[in-house]
Amino acid sequence: MTTGFPYTLSRNAFGKLIYTPADGSPPEEVVPVRAFPIHAESEDISLVGPGGHEVAWISNLADLPDEARDLVREELNHREFMPEIQRIVGVSGYVTPTTWTVKTNRGEARLWLKSEQDIRRISMSKLLISDGHGVHFLIRDLERLDRTSRRILDRFL
Amino acid sequence: MTFPSHPLSSLPDTWRGQAAPPLADGETVCAWVELDLDTDLHYAQGILVLTETRLLAGSPAGWTGWPLREGLRLALSDHAGVVTLELVTSHERQALWRTTMAQHAGAVRLAEQFDRQREALAEGGTAARLAPACPRCHAPLPPGEKHCPACEADAPVADKEWALLRLRRFARPYRGRLLAGFILTILSTAATLVPPYLTMPLMDDVLIPFQNGKPIDYGLATLYLSGLLGAALVAWVLGWSRTYILAWVSERIGADLRTTAYEHLQQLSLEYFGGKRTGDLMARIGNETDRICVFLSLHLLDFATDVLMILMTAGILVSIDPWLALVTLLPLPFIAWLIHLVRDKLRHGFEKVDRNWAEITNVLADTIPGIRVVKAFAQEKREVARFREANNHNLAVNDKVNTVWSMFSPTVILLTEIGLLVVWIFGIWQIANHHISVGVLAAFLAYISRFYLRLDSMSRIVSVTQKAAAGAKRIFDILDRVSSVPEPANPVPLAHVEGRIQIRDAAFRYGTRAVLRGIDLDIQPGEMIGLVGHSGSGKSTLVNLICRFYDVSQGSIMVDGVDIRSLSIPEYRHNIGVVLQEPFLFFGTVAENIAYGKPDASREEIVAAARAAHAHEFILRLPHGYDSLVGERGQALSGGERQRISIARALLIDPRILILDEATSSVDTSTEQEIQKALDNLVQGRTTIAVAHRLSTLRRADRLVVLDRGRIVEQGRHEELIAKGGAYYRLHLAQTRQLDPPGSDSNWDGDDEEQA
Repeated sequence: MTTGFPYTLSRNAFGKLIYTPADGSPPEEVVPVRAFPIHAESEDISLVGPGGHEVAWISNLADLPDEARDLVREELNHREFMPEIQRIVGVSGYVTPTTWTVKTNRGEARLWLKSEQDIRRISMSKLLISDGHGVHFLIRDLERLDRTSRRILDRFL
Repeated sequence: MTFPSHPLSSLPDTWRGQAAPPLADGETVCAWVELDLDTDLHYAQGILVLTETRLLAGSPAGWTGWPLREGLRLALSDHAGVVTLELVTSHERQALWRTTMAQHAGAVRLAEQFDRQREALAEGGTAARLAPACPRCHAPLPPGEKHCPACEADAPVADKEWALLRLRRFARPYRGRLLAGFILTILSTAATLVPPYLTMPLMDDVLIPFQNGKPIDYGLATLYLSGLLGAALVAWVLGWSRTYILAWVSERIGADLRTTAYEHLQQLSLEYFGGKRTGDLMARIGNETDRICVFLSLHLLDFATDVLMILMTAGILVSIDPWLALVTLLPLPFIAWLIHLVRDKLRHGFEKVDRNWAEITNVLADTIPGIRVVKAFAQEKREVARFREANNHNLAVNDKVNTVWSMFSPTVILLTEIGLLVVWIFGIWQIANHHISVGVLAAFLAYISRFYLRLDSMSRIVSVTQKAAAGAKRIFDILDRVSSVPEPANPVPLAHVEGRIQIRDAAFRYGTRAVLRGIDLDIQPGEMIGLVGHSGSGKSTLVNLICRFYDVSQGSIMVDGVDIRSLSIPEYRHNIGVVLQEPFLFFGTVAENIAYGKPDASREEIVAAARAAHAHEFILRLPHGYDSLVGERGQALSGGERQRISIARALLIDPRILILDEATSSVDTSTEQEIQKALDNLVQGRTTIAVAHRLSTLRRADRLVVLDRGRIVEQGRHEELIAKGGAYYRLHLAQTRQLDPPGSDSNWDGDDEEQA
């Protein structure tokens, strides 16, 4: 048992995360949610209960005991889906709607771009592309893409 | 229906082939969904297959099966574009699969079929199969259809690169005049080619003999010179009429294009406007159509003339002297190649310029309406910086295009000079060898100096065509968009609307977010329903669905037993009166604004509606009564006054169904009472759906429906719900204790003199 930490986290038979307060209050099923999924990956995470109310706030994952941290991280990996584009392999055409083949940190995927306006600039080097099916693809650093990808992307910006 | 004979024939090819699932005798595929993610959310191929007795999961590694039994449940959920399917028993999770939203419809179908089979299993019968569905998008096929209408609509429309050619649809009504213009173009071009031809005999028969000592033949000279003058005059008249006719036509094509684009825009659903920014749409309809118009009337016309001229000149040159003609025309392929080279680069550049221009307009459209906020937070400098950034971006993009563009014209001029030089050299050499006369060389030089001049202007067509094509593409982007709230092909006629509304298992998702789920609601004619719930609980969305501003993603909404999707949209909306939180007044008189939904209303009707809406008296206090101008640039009206005008507007069309969407939220309590009196008149005898944050405004409702996170959690009368002590009780408690400031008495700016 971790000493001094106000709650413990565990996983039940349904695979859900269970929050058990150290003060003896009844345990609750929780879901970790990143408050800033783009700007802060391992900071500012909220544990949200079944009614949508916040149960606990984690300002930094590093503050958690090891096992709890692993559980939260695992759960986030299974929940938050925002593939990061590493390379644009090819596009079906330069006129929207068009389908891109992209290499992401989640494997190779097809991205269906409905209109150029679905590419949003978050900052100078960060782009968020909403695919026609609702998946958000992130380009974390424009400068780190290879030349071919940048040239393709440039045609849409 | 007949089910395919082979048990696996309904599966997609990859899964039917090498990796067929091991089916027992008599076992067939009832439903399936392809999965494109693994449990760790990495892209991977998989499939879920439901048969009569088992649920099979396939991956490239092999198959796993779960026999169906009682207590087994397939739970479907989605979050952030990912669909999760969980196979659970009462005490644990057996398996979990994930896929992207692209497969959502298939997953829903599989889960539905699973439920049917589970229920049948419990009752000991066999489950009915779902209606056949499109194998690609899993949407149920309409009876008698083999192909999915949704998927066919998605199929790529004609090559969009050829957007300019698609403009011919707008040229069709003016065919006759276009043909006349074309013939005039040929004639006028031919007329301009006469003068250089006359230089040849003028040189050889008049000037050269004079140099050789013969006197000038004045008769001959006069003849040739009057020929020159005549040709110039004919060219002038023809050119003038040609330009006039073609400019007339292109102006009309541009106007038609603009109106058609706007007309189409008006037909599109709110969903489209939600995703677009005003500045961008305004730029498209305004600037782009104008650009296309200028292109058609000026550049395209010039270009056609140039091409004709080059062809004719080439013909004349060859007829005079084939060898010299060959040398003269030699630089032509080079220039054509150069044009082709620059073409692509410039087009992308111009598309970029356009997009950036829209970005600048967007900054304006964002900040000008929000100027109060900008000033209140003293962020003028920040907004200027934002504008400057967009502008600098625009500069950078333009600089890049100009680098290519600026090099282009001088290069063409250089080639022209070199071409002239070649003709001089070859011509002198030919004269020295007595192959041609001086007159021929003079004629050639006269021709090609014009000719090359035209090539230079022709090269300009590259950029303007690209600009116009980019503009046309952006216009056709609008025109190609199919409304997500389509007008039915054969609408069911709507005679007299009773106002009975039935909502069956309705769900709505906005993007990937499920806003409403499993809504079942019956509303009797004349009943007043109050929709309550926290903000974001889906109240306004439900109202938008009933108005058919959006279509349900699942389930149906019926009015008098007819699905609203099978009714003609305008006819249906004539039966709905809407009063919104922020009443919008158009620029025009008070009377015009009241009669907005029924432009032919008589003055008596307008006054009656205004009286009923308690607006009559304040309207009479306005300087010009009902003829006072309101709306942007018009008379300033308070929030309550504007709201009462919008109530009169709704009253005038005498709708059977009335929607009050937070009609009193943005005004203070005393104004609210005034509005409430007006509303009481409006509600009488109509099916009313009122959305309100402030529960006190719903005191007259026959029934309250409490929504929470997209579901109906409670319904009943105020007293019943209070007695129940559930969600409504908590809402009520929060408001009576003033714990819930938004919407309670905190709106003290309602009486502000505000422009509409």
